[in-house]
Amino acid sequence: MNARFVTSRVVIFYLVLFFIFLLGPLAVMGVTAFNTPSYPQVWPIEGLTLNWFTELFQDQEMLEGLRTSVIIGLSVAVLSVAMGLAGALVMTQLFGTSRSYYYFLVVAPVLIPGIVLGISTVVFWRDFTGILGMRSTLYNGTVLTILAQSSFVSSYCMLIILARLQRFDVSQEEAALDLGATYPQVFRDVLLPFLRPALLSSGMLAFLTSFENYNATTFAILADKTLTTVLASRVRMGSDPTISALATVIIVLTIVAALVFEWLKRREQKRAQLLQRERRRLEAAELL
Amino acid sequence: MTTAIELEKVRITFGTFTAVHDTNLDIRDGEFFSFLGPSGCGKTTLLRTISGFTEPSAGVVRIGGKDMAGIGPNKRPTALIFQNLALFPMMTVAENVAYGLRVRGVGKSEREQRAMKLLDQVALTPHAHKKISALSGGQKQRVAIARALAVEPKVLLLDEPLSALDLKLRQHMRRELREIQQRVGITFIYITHDQGEALNMSDRIAVMNAGHIEQVGTGREIYSKPQSAFVASFVGESNELPGKVSRISDGMCTVDTPLGALSGRVGGDFRVGDAATLFVRPEQLRLAAPGGDHAFRARVDDLSFEGSMTHLGLDTGLAQDCAATLMTSNHESLPEIGADLGLSFNPLDAIVLKSGAPAA
Amino acid sequence: MNNLDTTFIATALVVVLFFFLVRYDRQRRPEAIGFFRRNGAVVGGYLILGVGFWLIMTFIMPMVFMVDLSFHHKLPPSKVGGPEDVYTLDNYRMFLFGSRTSTESLNWLHLRSFFATIGISMALTLITFAISYPLAYYMAQSAKAQQLRVLLLLLIIPYWVNDILRAFSFRILMAENGFLNGILQGIGLTGQPIDFLGQNIALYVALCYSHLLIMIFPLYNAIDAQDHNQIEAARDLGAPWWHIHLFIVMPHAKPGIGSGMTLCFMLTAGAVATPLVLGGPNSLWFTPIVYDRFYQLFDWPQGAAYAIVLLLACIAIVFTVLKLAGLKLGEIAK
Repeated sequence: MNARFVTSRVVIFYLVLFFIFLLGPLAVMGVTAFNTPSYPQVWPIEGLTLNWFTELFQDQEMLEGLRTSVIIGLSVAVLSVAMGLAGALVMTQLFGTSRSYYYFLVVAPVLIPGIVLGISTVVFWRDFTGILGMRSTLYNGTVLTILAQSSFVSSYCMLIILARLQRFDVSQEEAALDLGATYPQVFRDVLLPFLRPALLSSGMLAFLTSFENYNATTFAILADKTLTTVLASRVRMGSDPTISALATVIIVLTIVAALVFEWLKRREQKRAQLLQRERRRLEAAELL
Repeated sequence: MTTAIELEKVRITFGTFTAVHDTNLDIRDGEFFSFLGPSGCGKTTLLRTISGFTEPSAGVVRIGGKDMAGIGPNKRPTALIFQNLALFPMMTVAENVAYGLRVRGVGKSEREQRAMKLLDQVALTPHAHKKISALSGGQKQRVAIARALAVEPKVLLLDEPLSALDLKLRQHMRRELREIQQRVGITFIYITHDQGEALNMSDRIAVMNAGHIEQVGTGREIYSKPQSAFVASFVGESNELPGKVSRISDGMCTVDTPLGALSGRVGGDFRVGDAATLFVRPEQLRLAAPGGDHAFRARVDDLSFEGSMTHLGLDTGLAQDCAATLMTSNHESLPEIGADLGLSFNPLDAIVLKSGAPAA
Repeated sequence: MNNLDTTFIATALVVVLFFFLVRYDRQRRPEAIGFFRRNGAVVGGYLILGVGFWLIMTFIMPMVFMVDLSFHHKLPPSKVGGPEDVYTLDNYRMFLFGSRTSTESLNWLHLRSFFATIGISMALTLITFAISYPLAYYMAQSAKAQQLRVLLLLLIIPYWVNDILRAFSFRILMAENGFLNGILQGIGLTGQPIDFLGQNIALYVALCYSHLLIMIFPLYNAIDAQDHNQIEAARDLGAPWWHIHLFIVMPHAKPGIGSGMTLCFMLTAGAVATPLVLGGPNSLWFTPIVYDRFYQLFDWPQGAAYAIVLLLACIAIVFTVLKLAGLKLGEIAK
């Protein structure tokens, strides 16, 4: 047995262990979603059933929570992409000391525990809406949760957008200016189209982050309910296979989304290869 | 002839660094004008000042007689072709060309029509609806030109646009650029560090070094009557023979060099005893007949035969390398490596200039 | 509503200071043109409004207000801003020494929980790092493109399953009559079922599990950026494998390690969902205590004080560790 053989065996062993740890609990939970006992049971399998899924889709409280989660998720996505974009653009126009202070300020929300963000949002807006005289309209769980989540989700969005902005070729902007465009036109015609992929992916990330957030939400949600807070109270009360069924649905959706994303990426790569080949052909023809 | 661009005492500084020293320059209407100089000489800064991306720290830039102070790049009658072309990747070829018209509020059908007309002029009509990434290097170049011309600028500024192309395409594009310039008849200002490009295309050239314009003139003037040591050594090849001025008369002067006293035309304002350098181009050096008169002696340490021309690398014992270019057909036999030669030149072909900073 | 005044003044101070910092920055580039001339009124307005609302309304003001609130007593709304509404350190005293009626010299119940949370979070962060590092290294330096895609896909699946569900899966797995005990008893490793939940083992395993991915991605990015030739060169020179990792890969990946560990630590110490689902009857986690201040006792000022204590402790630890490792926050956040 040579050393290389041993190493590769160790690596495989480790990888298998790692992914058993990572996926095993989810798989076990998945099994309980199809098992008949009303307590989530893995073994023995007493009978296969889809009852827990039908029950899940009839569960009014969960559906209500899902609706709120989607509303919050979409609002957070829109708000965070808009604020994150503004944050990233301002960053590119700051230099020196002010830039480092600003940077500290915009990444801080990522590092602050969600519980602190949730608490600070609730306590501040309770009084602030009071002096605005809008406590009845603005001081509710949905609005507060949107605000609390936006403060750190915007930072994520900003970091994603900033990463793409750093690859922006300034001469593109200058070319548009030189052709007579005003700064707002440059923003609309050159910068936004360039940032489009980053805006889309940060919006996606914002929605998903908001959707699965619990730490900030549990403080800010007050009397409203999101899917995660409904889940939390259910899990607290006891175990129930409908929760496993929900997890299974989420896992399947994730896998499907990831596969679709993968497929799109490959198609894009293939198209880029075709373009490249075409260009080489043209270049060869030009030199004849 | 009227003036397209006028620079009056233009100075550009970044913090404590002066990129361009007080510069005066007139560029005429309809001429192909080049700025030639090594990288970092300030030529791109000057171009960006003309196009409006950089404000001069002092002095006045006039375009068509109008002071451009406070007028942004989007309000100037100039169009710039960027070194990397800066075509918009998310637009098609036709949309790129029409962009300048679009931001000026020209209607859709009219700007499409005008874009197609321009594309026709640069032979890109079949590619009008392709994405930029599908084009070859030369085609991209032509899109950039069409896009800049679409806004009907008074002056077209070109920032080393050919540097990314390979040699063959570059030579082809030189001809094409020159043709386009003659056809549209507007002023072209061309930035390059490639003397071949500048000499080949330009009506006039400004040679720049370290933030100064060293000389302005036609290609011929710059090549045969350099006004500074920098120009003499940067434009074309020159043998440099430094020494001290020993005699001046009738526009000619003699320099005492370590190789002996050599004569050439006076190319500057100096007196007997000043340090000066005699410049003589390799193709002006001739082999002296054995035992005949010669200006100086040197040993052949390199020889490369290139058909009609033969290049000799010469060792004179000085720090500077020396070279001679011979027309092969003028010689029945060529010297061999290691041969000790006498070399001469016509003093009217040599020029004596103040010793300056060596070319970068 | 007097309390808001302090917040407004403090926030205004921050904004004004920042404005002067920008205006009179010594490193300001001389050719920079004015903000509104640069962006136009519409885009400029959007930038100011966007950043202003984000940073001021959702971050700075709530934070400042929370700090301010933590120095007040819990009062009925009618008395807020009245003569009884004075600044006090009582909420912090409560954390350290317990209520005035308590007989103990220190508030051991809360202090123990606080230090346990911090200590266990640090330990879990190190364990998470140890588990994640080999995979991150394998993905970055050894895996082929095809393998890498599959690995990333497998990693992403648990990432989007939320904390509650992840914790729930561990409850199913590790319950007294759960799957794991079934297996252990089945193969005869143990006669009695192990009380994973009561002993908080399930909690710690699930916390580690939840933050694996938070750790892996920064690590992977950092190791991926290293030129494989450097590692090959070290191997050629005869360096043993542990030497390569300790002195070649890790120093290069230090910013990534720093950012992974920082995030992992912060999220572990601030975890709410996992302790809620898996915390045993004698769980010591600190966040449920904070939660109870709010929604059991309805003593918001005290809850705010507790949250601030947790936040400050976390920040202090992160900064100390980063300082010891010679890293700057700017490097981490990338």
